[in-house]
Order: sequence, then C-alpha cells, then structure tokens
Amino acid sequence: MAAGPMKMRATLLGGVTDVRVLMSHPMETGQRKGPDGQLVPLHFIQNVTVKVNGKTVVEGQISQAISRNPVFSFRIKGGAKGDKIEVSWLDNKGETNKTETAVA
Amino acid sequence: MNDQRRGLLRAAGALAALLAAGLLKPIAAFAASWNKDAFGAKSAADALKSLGASQPVASKDVVIEAPQIAENGAVVPIEITSTVPGTTSIAVLIDKNPFPLVGKFDFMEGALPFVKVNVKMGESSDVRVVATAGGKHYVATREIKVTIGGCGG
Repeated sequence: MAAGPMKMRATLLGGVTDVRVLMSHPMETGQRKGPDGQLVPLHFIQNVTVKVNGKTVVEGQISQAISRNPVFSFRIKGGAKGDKIEVSWLDNKGETNKTETAVA
Repeated sequence: MNDQRRGLLRAAGALAALLAAGLLKPIAAFAASWNKDAFGAKSAADALKSLGASQPVASKDVVIEAPQIAENGAVVPIEITSTVPGTTSIAVLIDKNPFPLVGKFDFMEGALPFVKVNVKMGESSDVRVVATAGGKHYVATREIKVTIGGCGG
C-alpha cells in the first residue's frame, strides 16, 4: 500500500511546543508472512524530519522496528502560535510524504 | 556515426531496465542519510560501534518511560528524555530484536531531546537508550517483558 494520509497536531504548552504526528505506513519488517505464505518484503520509513518555519529541528533515522502507522511525539523549546511545523518522511522504496500545521 | 547512435540507444535501454528492476533508485527528493551499517548490525554492541558510541557511560539523566510488561510486542510505547545538558542525539536499541537499532534522532535549533514512539519487540529484552552530548555518550537500560512477540506473523 502506498503512503496514506498523515495527521498532525502542534500545541504550545508552558513554553514548549508539543508536536504529535501520525503517519500511515505498513512498516513491514520483512519477517512476516502474507496470506500466500510468502514473506512480505521489507517496507519501512527510514527518515523523519521535523521543521519549524523551514528550519530543521529534528532529524530521525528509524528502522523497521517502529510500529505500524507510527505516531511520534517531539518537543521544541519556545515557539509561538502560528509557527509553521512541517513533518516529512522517506521510506526504503523512495516513497515520501509530508504534512504541515500551524502551532495552536 | 550510426554505430554510435546504436550504442547510445542500447546503453539507454539498459539503464531503463535497471531502473525498472529497482536496482538503481532515483535520488530521493530530499537529501537523507540512513546509517546502513548501524541499522544492519545484529547485536547492540555492533550497532553502537557503527554509531561511534561503543563505550557509553551509565547515567541517571537518560530516562526511559515504558511499561514493565508489554502485552502486545507489536506496539510497545516508549518515551525517552535526556536531561544531560547539551544532548544532541538519542539512539534507541532493543537488544534482542533481530536488528537492535530502532532509531536515532538528532536534535537541533531548540528541539528538546525527547521522543515518544511505539516500537515492535520480538521478545522480552533490555531496551537501551544512548544519549550523545558534547562528544560523550550516556546510556540508560531498562527491561521490558513482552507477552506476545511482534515480529513474526
């Protein structure tokens, strides 16, 4: 399955911006057998990037051991309402997706 | 001249075939790096060596919040924070997973060294979190027991 939708929420709480983001992705480990008895090939997100107003703040490299449809929480010091948060990912097949939201 | 043209066409055809076979991947939209050696390592020690953090010092300033017992190994919530001043990077390893390194996160520009995510665990295992600050490495370890593994099918 190709990339599904992403959902994100960013809230300012006590001087810290809390970012929660959901990515729709199968995160196949390459060890699971499909209905046909064949191993389902590896398919997982490798890179996750968080940007605030265009500046990269978190760069994550992840493995297939992150659960299916990953949900991440990140925290960024400071920030203001209306700041633009962008989260993008890239998987091992070169598929990519991103989402944007304003800090509330 | 005609010969040259043939040659070029043949080369182009071969390239297209390679692309179709997925042997040559088009360069991704954004420059991304992925530490193939560290993620491909089959032991936590090898993974740490590939990350350049082979001798981390145990620290109470690296905190792992996770359940003691996880019922479902496919979804184990873990929350990691480092209060070591100047933490720039955090890596998570699950010793007994087939490939122990789960993720590595680099923080900059005001991002707090914190991440919360669900991970898969094949069986009960120690979970190690290594924080890097000022070129030094700090580690915290915590055991999580898993009732049903999350790697097979």
